[in-house]
Amino acid sequence: MSDAAQARQPSAKPASSKPASSNRSAALRRPSVPLAVVGAAVLLAFPFYLDSFWLQTGLFAISAAIGAIGLNLLTGATGQLSMGHAFFLAVGAYGYVFLAADSDTKLTGLGLPTPVAFAGAVVMAGIAGGLFSPIAGRLRGTYLGIASLALIFIGQHVLFNAESVTGGFNGRNVPPLELPGIVFDDSPELVVFNVPLGALERLWFLGLVLLALAAWLARGVLRGRPGRALNTIRDHEVAASVMGVPVARYRAGVFVLSSMYAGTAGALLALIFRRTVPEYFGMFLSLDYLAMIVIGGLGTAAGAVIGAIFVSLLPQLLTRYSDGLPLVAAPGSGGVSPAEASRILYGAAVVAVVLFLPGGLLGLWTRLRMVVTARRAPRTLPRLEKEEQPA
Amino acid sequence: MTTFIELVVNGLSVGSVYALIALGFVIIFKATEVVNFAHASLLLVGGYVTAILHDDIGFLPALGAGIATAAVVGALVEFLVLRRATVENHAVLAIVTIGVDIMLTTELTRRIGTEVLTLGDPWQNGIYTIGGVSIAHTRIAALVTAAVLISAFLLAFRYTSWGVAMRAAAEDSETAALMGIRLSRVSLGAWAVAGALAAVAALFLTVFPTPGLDRSTSFAAMKAFPAAILGGLDSTTGALAGGLIIGLTESLVTGYQGDLAFMGRGIGEVAPFLVMLAVLLIRPAGLFGTRELTRV
Repeated sequence: MSDAAQARQPSAKPASSKPASSNRSAALRRPSVPLAVVGAAVLLAFPFYLDSFWLQTGLFAISAAIGAIGLNLLTGATGQLSMGHAFFLAVGAYGYVFLAADSDTKLTGLGLPTPVAFAGAVVMAGIAGGLFSPIAGRLRGTYLGIASLALIFIGQHVLFNAESVTGGFNGRNVPPLELPGIVFDDSPELVVFNVPLGALERLWFLGLVLLALAAWLARGVLRGRPGRALNTIRDHEVAASVMGVPVARYRAGVFVLSSMYAGTAGALLALIFRRTVPEYFGMFLSLDYLAMIVIGGLGTAAGAVIGAIFVSLLPQLLTRYSDGLPLVAAPGSGGVSPAEASRILYGAAVVAVVLFLPGGLLGLWTRLRMVVTARRAPRTLPRLEKEEQPA
Repeated sequence: MTTFIELVVNGLSVGSVYALIALGFVIIFKATEVVNFAHASLLLVGGYVTAILHDDIGFLPALGAGIATAAVVGALVEFLVLRRATVENHAVLAIVTIGVDIMLTTELTRRIGTEVLTLGDPWQNGIYTIGGVSIAHTRIAALVTAAVLISAFLLAFRYTSWGVAMRAAAEDSETAALMGIRLSRVSLGAWAVAGALAAVAALFLTVFPTPGLDRSTSFAAMKAFPAAILGGLDSTTGALAGGLIIGLTESLVTGYQGDLAFMGRGIGEVAPFLVMLAVLLIRPAGLFGTRELTRV
């Protein structure tokens, strides 16, 4: 048995290969500190070099990543399908606007301090998720998927009709976030290292902080006791309840948590767009999020981030370079527009990933690393294993 | 009173069309335990083929072609994608059908563009008036066709060997396989039948008084999802009842939305989903769905 093959099936010979495999996976799992520092430095340097187009695209990816982590907790880790993620994004976005904006003749708002409004928006999304929990707690997997379709349609209805809060069809302007010492807007001017930092640049740093927090929190949830409970519910509901996991409560709880993630993503999105429009929060957005977590890898925060980057960057890349690509026509010329091409591509990616890449892009990455590390450090077989092998 | 009767008849007629869609949905679920989110796009395939062919080859052949295409596309989805996906988690299979749906719907809405296509049906905008109650020919046709198709299907489900195989597979797939039933053939058949039913439904979703087939048709088809889950995903009776309930709700709420103005414009579109949520709160398995009991 070759070493690489052995690494891939650590469970085949549990007694002998356990110490070796846990050693190796610990080495794989531990992010090497220099690498993390370099990665963080590169991410922090982006606003100083990228133009606003890429910065905005990147910010969309960051907010999508936050939302996708939340959906991955629900769908990936617990096996509860949700088509209603866009609804909670909308709650976050409109919640922030409603809480932060001042009332005027047509629109009402509470005019709270913006950081309070941001936190309030996240809480509002959580409450909305909690209101749905009698259903979210009781329905299983795909049943919940269909039931949560209702949220999209109800959400759209409310967004278009509750004009005094949402601004109706035309949407509402988003007041910029103001933390003590920094305003996330183009004025007042802020120049660092001779680079003027506008709203997008400043939001980039905020987005990175939020994303890091979101990923760290999700990692904690998934690695700890709740994560195990959630995975058990996904894999075997009866076994979970026999072992004392309150299934309905966990399902409802993870639904609330995932809607709070969506609320954060929505509020950040509102800050990036500077205007919220109801059409954006339709069913396609929910489908995008499901595509993200499947393409990236189900059940982990890293998978959600990778998928979010893939799905958010693809349409922008195709739009930017549509001239040079075959089969993709400029928007409005009757051919396959970049937006359509990217939708078809990632629809196909979803199918291809499930068929050929279980574990998604993240799974591919881990497998590649396994192969590389196995090759780099060939080890002799432990003695025990030799004895176990048939003569 | 006449308005009420008109609304009820229209509601039953639209409801029977939803029942057709929901029935296909339920058949797929029973045979393969997959929730098919690509169902709306199968419907769009059937409608689109009928719409582009009817000028050249006439209505009935075009409809036949539409039904056949939708059935073939359905079977292909099963054969090329779902059969090859080896995942335990049914949520993942559902997401695969979403991937298929994204591809099909994007391509079809791109082809349809901003146009509104007619399907060339023979009823046009004719109206019967009986005692002050006026009902469109298309509504009667929908009701009759759906009733015929649904009873034919239920009879086939009960008496033909195909139906017996299907029910056996749904009951206990392993035992059925041991008894010599080819599960692959059963699920292929289920997808084809569901596609065909969806294509028929496409016709009646787009005839008078709706303007025709356009990009919003797939959203209309979405209302069959609440119909299916409301009745219980694994119950054919449930699909019928769910379809009729959704159709009636939509028709009545839209008809009386003047009195429901406080709920906002277009409440008729949302009402089916509200009804679904209300039912699910009381009966999580749907009206006729089997409550799953687990023995350990």
